[in-house]
Amino acid sequence: MSIQERAPHIPALRLTGGRVIDPASKRDAVGDVHLLGGKVVDPALHPGTEWTTIDCAGKIVSPGLVDVHVHLREPGGSAKETIGHGSRAAAAGGFTSIVAMPNTRPAVDSIDTVAWMRRKIESEAVVNVFPTGCLSVEMQGEVLAPIGSLKKAGVVAVTDDGHCIQNNELMRRAMEYARMFDLPVLDHCQDYALTAGAVMNEGYWSTVLGLRGWPAIAEEVIVGRNAMLSELTRTTVLCQHLSSVGSVRILREARQRGIPIHGEAMPHHLLLTDETLQGYDTNYKMNPPLRTEADRQALLEGVADGTIEVLASDHAPHTRHEKEVEFDRAPFGIIGLETELSVFIKALIEPRVIDWPTLISRLTIEPARILRLDKLGKGTLAPGADADVTVIDPSLEWVVDVEQFESRSRNCPFDKMPLRGRAVLTIVDGHPIWKL
Amino acid sequence: MPSTASAWKRKDLLALRDLEVWEIEHILATATAFKEILSRPIKKVPSLRGKTVINLFVEPSTRTRASFELAASRLSADVLSLDSDRSSFTKGETLKDTALNLQAMGTNLVILRHAAAGAAQFLAERLEAGVINAGDGAHEHPTQGLLDLFTIRQHFADVRGLKIAIIGDILFSRVARSNIWALLKLGAEVTLVGPSTLLPTVFNQFEVDGNRVKLSHSIDDVLEESRVLMLLRIQHERQQKTLFPSLGEYTALFGLTADRFKRCRPDVVIMHPGPINRGVEIDSGVADCANSVILEQVTNGMAVRMAILYLLSGGQGPQGVAA
Repeated sequence: MSIQERAPHIPALRLTGGRVIDPASKRDAVGDVHLLGGKVVDPALHPGTEWTTIDCAGKIVSPGLVDVHVHLREPGGSAKETIGHGSRAAAAGGFTSIVAMPNTRPAVDSIDTVAWMRRKIESEAVVNVFPTGCLSVEMQGEVLAPIGSLKKAGVVAVTDDGHCIQNNELMRRAMEYARMFDLPVLDHCQDYALTAGAVMNEGYWSTVLGLRGWPAIAEEVIVGRNAMLSELTRTTVLCQHLSSVGSVRILREARQRGIPIHGEAMPHHLLLTDETLQGYDTNYKMNPPLRTEADRQALLEGVADGTIEVLASDHAPHTRHEKEVEFDRAPFGIIGLETELSVFIKALIEPRVIDWPTLISRLTIEPARILRLDKLGKGTLAPGADADVTVIDPSLEWVVDVEQFESRSRNCPFDKMPLRGRAVLTIVDGHPIWKL
Repeated sequence: MPSTASAWKRKDLLALRDLEVWEIEHILATATAFKEILSRPIKKVPSLRGKTVINLFVEPSTRTRASFELAASRLSADVLSLDSDRSSFTKGETLKDTALNLQAMGTNLVILRHAAAGAAQFLAERLEAGVINAGDGAHEHPTQGLLDLFTIRQHFADVRGLKIAIIGDILFSRVARSNIWALLKLGAEVTLVGPSTLLPTVFNQFEVDGNRVKLSHSIDDVLEESRVLMLLRIQHERQQKTLFPSLGEYTALFGLTADRFKRCRPDVVIMHPGPINRGVEIDSGVADCANSVILEQVTNGMAVRMAILYLLSGGQGPQGVAA
């Protein structure tokens, strides 16, 4: 298994005999996909082409997977991750498009930083990397970032992810302003006063372990606020990494009323609960925290009924020495790109919470539409779309070994876990860039 | 139920929630033997001669640190005590690195006091040396729990069914947690008392083999029935300002005042892990009265800590102590 060198010319590829699932074009049948010149094409329109055939029998052929929530740590955190390493981790996990959060150092709140990132992406990234910009200057929640200039510089969304604007007046104005540019607002939903010093879900286990509890209500009050502000401003809002029963309920009610608000769920919140923190292992420390079985069930239900349309990783690399400290002192977050698909399969497909087309939809066209990446040719295998394809072996059994990861970091709670199903071929712009 | 000393296999003492009943009994029996030694004119035995014990107190403490230091000295160990303000922590060294350095000096036991819950377990997983938790955040303070149990046992032969109230800031108390687990395991009837903000209802899920704690928000409801009142230190610091209005209101609602003391059983045993706030959680006169065993707890703490140091160093239990 390895990252592939790009050929000097884009090959003409015929992916044959796989189960082609493309929710955007309502396709789910065994068949072929043809890639030519960096696009998905109809072969009838290209007679005489010499196709290189790749046998996909027994595999699922999916539009290239999209992860709209990753931290690539550049600029300023290259000991944790780089755009190059992070993009290779994405390729290894089957993701052809990733959206980088702006909480770097410096934060992405100026056109210079966006330009720096785009140069770095151009030279190092092996998948499509889309930058986002900040909502507020230095993510301090006090002054609006130059959102219009950031849009011109190439960001696909605005967010203070990792932080949350507490000032409701500023959040209202940020939404109103972002709407002018058709930029979606991605919000990390956390009330600071309710989470001062908190490190894990508030409940039985935080009480037993003596760790400061992080109540679900701290997320829910912000999800509620966002629903109200989204209704007022008609701005597209994606509530990131939802973790609780209440958040799912608020989101479901808001969406039923036609508010343009969306929700996102992460693999760890769908598979794990706060019971896993008994050993004080900092690889189970994340923001928002792992919650209870009831919360986990509510998230599964939300993904199943479409309340939650986006599945993403919140890939959050940290070095070993940063994580190997007292629980209170460790940074929040875990890496996710290289286990993401398999953990979603374990949490959602194996217990029959959703079927394959729904999983693929939540990992491709739905997040692509919310971030307008569909307009850039992402998220579908319809002719004319970009030649980004993920081939998945749904029955491949493997055991996670963090030492094999492409990511620069190893902070992963799924190490040594046996999993089933994995991307075996990742194609970006018509180039096979990762093969198992 | 294994009762022989050779069954003691633990390298570390981290939490009473982890211990089996026989292990608790084994420690208490060993402590009884050491208490006898402490009553002798020469209070020193050679049990830990040649062993090195380090007191690593990353959070300040007077009583617990002094108690461990004396306990180790009386067992003839070489003892070194390190404070956070004088150690390399102020230079940014991680806990792991500090501990590995101490181990490289040939340390046998590390006694850790730390503000972060789980810190003792963190060290125990990384050191060959034994680790004793001398208080980790709001998690546990197992030697305090054991010395409290030892003290209760000196007044009541059997704690099964004994009505014990623990009163105060339960949410942030490691002493409360260690006591809750030990007392539940031994069959006591434990009632936790405190304001609803410091005693969230989630505590009613604390149970061992069907023995479940009871919760109360009124000290007046437990005065007459309780055989033991265990008071906790109440603090009103910056981070706690939203949790209750004032120390004055706390005393009015939850303090063991002289008037409330009159309603207690005449043989009630009054405990406090210290340091006490006279006139806040306990009336000054009540703290000094005949029912108060607060200083007995301190004396017993020495014997209990000697027992733990001894057992974690490979000691053979009570029968090995007498020499």
